[in-house]
Amino acid sequence: MIERDPIGFVAMLAGMAAAVIFCRIGGYWLLGRFPIGARLRKMLNALPGAVIASTIAPILFTGGASAWVALLAAAVTMIAARNDFAALAAGVAVAVAARAAGI
Amino acid sequence: MDATPHQPRWTLEAFRAGAMATVPLLPGLCAFGIAFGTVAARQGFSLLDACLMSATVFAGVAQIIVVDAWPKELTAATIFTGAVVTALICSRFILIGASMRPWFGAVPERGLVYFTLYLLVEPPWLLGTRYYNNGGRDPAFVLGSCTMCWLSWVGSTAPGYWVGASVGDPQRFGLDLIMPAFFVVMLVSMWQGPRRAVGWAVGSVVAVATERFFGGFWYVLAGALAGSFVGGFVDD
Repeated sequence: MIERDPIGFVAMLAGMAAAVIFCRIGGYWLLGRFPIGARLRKMLNALPGAVIASTIAPILFTGGASAWVALLAAAVTMIAARNDFAALAAGVAVAVAARAAGI
Repeated sequence: MDATPHQPRWTLEAFRAGAMATVPLLPGLCAFGIAFGTVAARQGFSLLDACLMSATVFAGVAQIIVVDAWPKELTAATIFTGAVVTALICSRFILIGASMRPWFGAVPERGLVYFTLYLLVEPPWLLGTRYYNNGGRDPAFVLGSCTMCWLSWVGSTAPGYWVGASVGDPQRFGLDLIMPAFFVVMLVSMWQGPRRAVGWAVGSVVAVATERFFGGFWYVLAGALAGSFVGGFVDD
């Protein structure tokens, strides 16, 4: 249980919000200070894929078979149908089925 | 800069398109918000406190981790620690924000741009990147998606707070895999041949290794840095 400490709570919120704002705005602000060359632009273009790969690779490593089949189903559906909603629905449906079957 | 001067900015159409593109993710986003509400209730937060934190901090994993380890006494030292932990968990957004420079840097309405960046989490960033790569330039698309994420995050804190663990096991309904599945779906839309995927492979290996050896907060940042650095040196 937390002690009722409104000033401390607001200070904690301010500290956390400041940290979030620093991160979300800091990188953008910094890149506005100097010109973006071709190499840097290429790295920035490669960033979304790199962030995604770094986020899901450990999940696949620890998530077990149900995570593998669910994400595979989402990928296959996306390749076939090119529809976000259908792909997410397929992934979740396969996860539910796999877990109900004890996989 | 490569902005087309004739393209309208901050239109309601683009805002709505961004919001609609986020709808398939809502169950996953809400499951996450419910998880936070549950943790906040367990730690003795008032509902107002929990919603206030979701509304202002708006950083899912960071909120759950800081609230889960909420200090007994709020001193300058514990508050500083809370802010540092939040910054570590959110450090990947330094890169994510930087990648918005070529697009948002050409937008004159700086106040709105910074406001959008404050709310920029992964789904609007990735959906926005795809929109940009398909020729879209209206930043309202990103703001629309951010708004949808913010509403679902703040809105789902209360149900989590009230019913908490009685919601049942989100794993049984596959809700824990909606965000990973969304990431896979985005990766499929980004596919531009195996050469471009070299950076993805490097990022994966570095992330898994970092997670194994250092655990915790660093793996996304480490993998993202390694993957985009390598991606910058792969010839098309």
